[in-house]
Amino acid sequence: MLTITDLVKSYPGPKGDKASRVLAVDNVSIEVEEGQLYTLLGPSGCGKTTTLRSVAGLEDPDSGRIVVGDKTFYDSEKQVLVPANKRGLGMVFQSYAIWPHMNVYDNVAFPLTVESRSTRLGKKEMTERVERVLAVVQLDHLAGRQATDLSGGQQQRLALARALVMQPPLLLLDEPLSNLDAKLREEMRFELKRLQRDLNITAIYVTHDQVEALAMSNVIAVMNGGVIEQVGRPRDVYNRPASKFVADFIGSSNFFDGVVDRREGTDRYAVSTDEGEIFATSQYDLAPGAKVTVAIRPEHVQIEEGRPEQAGPGIWSGRVTARAFLGDSVEHKLEVGKLELQARCHTDLSLPANTEISIVLPPEWCSLIPTGE
Amino acid sequence: MSQAPTTDRNALDALPTGNPPPKPKRMRFDWRKLRDPKTFIIVAVVLVIGYLSLVPLLYLLWGTFFDSTGLTGAAFERAYGTTGLGELVYNSMVFATGATLVSVVMGTLLAFLTERTDVPLKRLIFAGSLIPLIIPGILYTIAWIFLASPRIGLINKWLEPFFGPGTFDVFTLYGMIIVQGMDNAPLVFLLMVAAFRSMDPSLEESALMSGASLPHVFRKVTLPLAKPALFAAFLIMAVKNIEAFETPALLGMPKGIWVFTSRIWRVLSTHPADYGQAGAYSISLLLITSLGIYFQTRYSRRGKQFQTVTGKGFRPRPMPLGRFRSLIGGALLFYFFIAIVLPAFILLYMSTQPFYQVPSIETMTNLSFENYRYVFDHSQTMRAFRNSFVLGISSATLVMFGTAVASWLVVRSKLPGRWMVDNLAFVPLVIPGLVLGVALLFVYLRFPIAIYGTMWILLISYVTRYMPYGMRYASTSMYQIGGELEESAQVSGATWWQTFRRINLPLLVPGLLAGWIYIVMTSVRELSSSILLYSPGNEVLAVMIFEQYENGQFTELAALGTLLIVALVILVYAAQRLGANIGVKS
Repeated sequence: MLTITDLVKSYPGPKGDKASRVLAVDNVSIEVEEGQLYTLLGPSGCGKTTTLRSVAGLEDPDSGRIVVGDKTFYDSEKQVLVPANKRGLGMVFQSYAIWPHMNVYDNVAFPLTVESRSTRLGKKEMTERVERVLAVVQLDHLAGRQATDLSGGQQQRLALARALVMQPPLLLLDEPLSNLDAKLREEMRFELKRLQRDLNITAIYVTHDQVEALAMSNVIAVMNGGVIEQVGRPRDVYNRPASKFVADFIGSSNFFDGVVDRREGTDRYAVSTDEGEIFATSQYDLAPGAKVTVAIRPEHVQIEEGRPEQAGPGIWSGRVTARAFLGDSVEHKLEVGKLELQARCHTDLSLPANTEISIVLPPEWCSLIPTGE
Repeated sequence: MSQAPTTDRNALDALPTGNPPPKPKRMRFDWRKLRDPKTFIIVAVVLVIGYLSLVPLLYLLWGTFFDSTGLTGAAFERAYGTTGLGELVYNSMVFATGATLVSVVMGTLLAFLTERTDVPLKRLIFAGSLIPLIIPGILYTIAWIFLASPRIGLINKWLEPFFGPGTFDVFTLYGMIIVQGMDNAPLVFLLMVAAFRSMDPSLEESALMSGASLPHVFRKVTLPLAKPALFAAFLIMAVKNIEAFETPALLGMPKGIWVFTSRIWRVLSTHPADYGQAGAYSISLLLITSLGIYFQTRYSRRGKQFQTVTGKGFRPRPMPLGRFRSLIGGALLFYFFIAIVLPAFILLYMSTQPFYQVPSIETMTNLSFENYRYVFDHSQTMRAFRNSFVLGISSATLVMFGTAVASWLVVRSKLPGRWMVDNLAFVPLVIPGLVLGVALLFVYLRFPIAIYGTMWILLISYVTRYMPYGMRYASTSMYQIGGELEESAQVSGATWWQTFRRINLPLLVPGLLAGWIYIVMTSVRELSSSILLYSPGNEVLAVMIFEQYENGQFTELAALGTLLIVALVILVYAAQRLGANIGVKS
């Protein structure tokens, strides 16, 4: 549906000369299939919005290729650059960009009215189309209302209706939920996902909110510094982070260094660390002796009062140094030799500081990330 | 939100059907693009702005430094050789600095009192701040002649029993300073009100809490915090005063107190007119104002880093003036009586008299509207009215449309060199009205198309003079429109012109309208460039009033002035009403 190949976009650097240009998007390639909700996830400045805006035609990339369906929107080699207003894509902006001087109906009808006279819909068809799309987002009863009188959630639906009214082959969503309050955001998350699935819309979704990304996406591409760090289904990206950045950005992780001892199975390795041996999983092909970082999420660290009955790989003894009650869980800070770990436990388990504990690091939750050298 | 979600599965059937395949465009510049309204309008606006800003200045330099013999400094010798350069510079500097000090001190004090204390009569102060918008400078100056001239001044007559005849003499440097300063004080007031509003009041409140007295807080906390704004106000006023023409011409010239502006007018109004000499004075004046504006922009850019703006929407609790409250209230009333009531009264009174007499019971009971009849019956005065409003409305419309496009270029586009458009549009800010007049004379006196001697030269001059103000209004509103509003129109398939017409222009309307009305209001009283550029038949109102003053037609002048003031009051009122109704609700 959408193919981006080797997209590069740079901005003038602080000195303004060629050498100091900042690469906002650095050779990004993605492939979005029809009907997918494809999320670009990353911190601000990672290039996700620039990528999206390049697809929309609001940024002129330096080089690369953007193809939607069978239409080439941008190709630096063939010198193709279709302007934004000829791409026919739908886009929902972070600020919704609702035109304050128009009412709800006029906002939605705008894309239809600016089409060239030859392809423009008749008055009746236009009204029908606008009313249908307003019904889809449940704003049909507000069509005559001034756009600025709508609540945040309604403005968000209005922006969506306006983006959908052209029946675009691809919907671009630029942090559409970030301006809503927390409760409404959760509600809209499901609503948006349901609409996308029911209408079978292909969508690119840009967000810095990992929870949003995990909840809504078919595929997540995690970006950092203009580069895609990992692409995968939400579950894979969460459970098998391919880099330290991904593990840290999505949820939180414990990290410690180790060296691969030997392979134990297709993706299972034995790793020796300063505090003892563990078993761990990795999608990488690692040779014995490879330096790795072990990543494990706090909720996967299991602790139990008392010393371990039988120490072994991934079963360590340690001590609680602090705890914090977080409402739905209890966070424990642990100490294993010189290593500090965090464990997030069910509220049933709450151990005071200085309790001797046994710690279990299950091999399926310990991910190995090569350290690079 | 409470409704059960009902999605019509057929609502957007056949979603992926696309638009007709877009034609790929070459990325190199295509001359056919000029037919596209975007390119055409942008190119036209940039060319016009560049022409209006640069051509007069180039001609001014050329006309001053070149004569039939080639490059020469003769004009400067004539300008500064014969009469004392020292006195001219001294007068100009003392006048500009003095008037600036008067207006800055008064304006700042008034602003502090209304914004930070529980001073009475706040609404009166704000209403009074509209006065310079309503009473043109030339009328204000003339009014003061009839209040404080040694022989016939009303105030002098009042004071005669106590201090003898001629207590005040308005035809002195001090008279000029005070009249000009009072006329401009409301502008400083508005600038400083804005500055005080953007300052965090808790800084002052905490000083008050620490036990400091109110004057102490003002001196030790408020003033230092307001220093950048104060400095900016000082520079703005200094430039405005050095450019001022009405006060020096009417109050200074009779007693031979020359400043740059009155001098320029003098060498051009005596026969034969010495254009080179006028050019020489103009260039000196231009250097001074450029320097002022340069420091002002530099300082305000630097000042931004120290701004103490808080986003909090709370209004500070006014500091109590205590037992001085009524005393200060009385002083305020007195100031308003002197600065506003008396000048307005004397104009109105004059307009009802057959010839000027010092007001007395006898004259006050013997009123006539003969002068108003004269204004309406006389084709010349009515023509001046029409000329002024036609010029004002056309220049305002041209400026606002042009600057709307230009501000789009500067704020929104990514075109290289867009900063130049911004700078070019601001160039006329440094050109005093008289200097622009001189420069336009140089350009159009020998121009192949007859522009000199028609209304066109006045239109060109007005459009040039008010372009910077239009640009400021337009770009301020352009910055307030989120870029995404425009981008979403683009993504929706709108062309540049469709986006500009249907998204930008309607959203800019409040700002453009405010600028439009401001330009109409300032241009209908424009004197300093018109006085050099008008020709018989093309008189505008201010020129008419100036001529009537020189002819001694004081009472007719007062009637014409009163009518002009009424027209301006209606405009101000309309502006505030329109602004309130058209303003985009947010």
